[in-house]
Amino acid sequence: MTEGRHLQGIATALWRDNPGLVQLLGLCPLLAVTGSFVNGLGLGIATLAVLTVSNGLVSATRRFLQKEIRIPIFVLIIASLVTCVELLFEAFFPALDRALGIFIPLIVTNCAIVARAEVFASRNPVVSSIVDGFGMGLGFLLVLVTIGLMRELVGQGTVFADMHLLFGGEPVNGLVVADAGWLIAILPPGAFFALAVAIAAKNAMDRRRSVRLRERTGLR
Amino acid sequence: MSNPSVLKNGLTLALIAGVCSGLVAVTYAFTEDKIEDNRKAFLEQKLKPALSGLFFEGDVTESVLTLQAPHGLPGKDDALIYRLYASGEPVAALFIVTARNGYSGPIRILLGVDISGVVTGLRILEHSETPGLGDKIDEDKSDWVQQFAGRSLEDPAIDGWQIRNDGGEFDQLTGASITPRAVIQAVRETLVYFAENKEQVFAMPGDSAQ
Repeated sequence: MTEGRHLQGIATALWRDNPGLVQLLGLCPLLAVTGSFVNGLGLGIATLAVLTVSNGLVSATRRFLQKEIRIPIFVLIIASLVTCVELLFEAFFPALDRALGIFIPLIVTNCAIVARAEVFASRNPVVSSIVDGFGMGLGFLLVLVTIGLMRELVGQGTVFADMHLLFGGEPVNGLVVADAGWLIAILPPGAFFALAVAIAAKNAMDRRRSVRLRERTGLR
Repeated sequence: MSNPSVLKNGLTLALIAGVCSGLVAVTYAFTEDKIEDNRKAFLEQKLKPALSGLFFEGDVTESVLTLQAPHGLPGKDDALIYRLYASGEPVAALFIVTARNGYSGPIRILLGVDISGVVTGLRILEHSETPGLGDKIDEDKSDWVQQFAGRSLEDPAIDGWQIRNDGGEFDQLTGASITPRAVIQAVRETLVYFAENKEQVFAMPGDSAQ
């Protein structure tokens, strides 16, 4: 395993196979918690941690995994990790834990995690599985914060408000861009609109790039 | 029928379940105290707005009394009453009750009332009202809840404990009248309950005594 391959794996996870924008996995938490940047970041970090460690553990135990019992084992590993993450959040970021509420325990049901365990970690060595989990988690996190940022800006007129929930200290108002926003962006429909905009933007960028690539190479 | 792989799979599962439980147990032991501290700090923080201007002795969180429905207070959830004393005499009571007819789901409120029936403070603890409309009952979103401190059943009289639209004396919220109506009704019912049951409220043994 070379570092180059790992880097390429991360790049693929971040862009070409992004769990949120391309694989469309884990949409329930993605749509539900992205009312603000800080909520998206909090859930993103929690998911990233679970995904990285669960990939590592699944890969480390892959020798013992009989086909029939692999799913219960994935579930066991993921559920215990999520419980640990929930306890850690409750201990160290209590305010954010209250803000995210049920969505921390619900990381268990994020299909991106069990999908990576099944598709990647159970068939690859530990290090590349950890790298894959990290890459996928980071890809998911980036989508969460992007959508959170969009919805917070449009819906509330602020950017990076309430960052103290995650980093402690005095309450932070964030950058106030406008006094009020379009409420619809924070309401559930706004989540779908923001996701649609994000997916469309990604597809548009991909298309433009492939057009440019074709022009450069002279292929039609 | 007796397949050796069944036994092997069972053992593997048991082993991994054991390791996972161990992991959770270690994390729990490590975070237990911190979580307990956080809960207590959060509770004290939460009660603080209703304590302003009160002189009392002892630990607020130890005087709690939990009443199960039907308790005569608003809502079907448990009602909590924190009793405050100074020199053995009752000073005030803090109520945590549920306003049940909000726009979307129950609204959990904290209401502090001193011994003479004057409101020391009102806060919304939990709600799921519409962002931008009904959620202005939250003190972070608007100063709507501030108008209740210092009021009592004599100020205004009981008919005045409504929003202005309904002929009462309290402000409504633009675009949302159901939410403030529900909160004001819960406050009014709690004040009436306190006025009628003042002695029992302070006489009942607390949770820790049971």
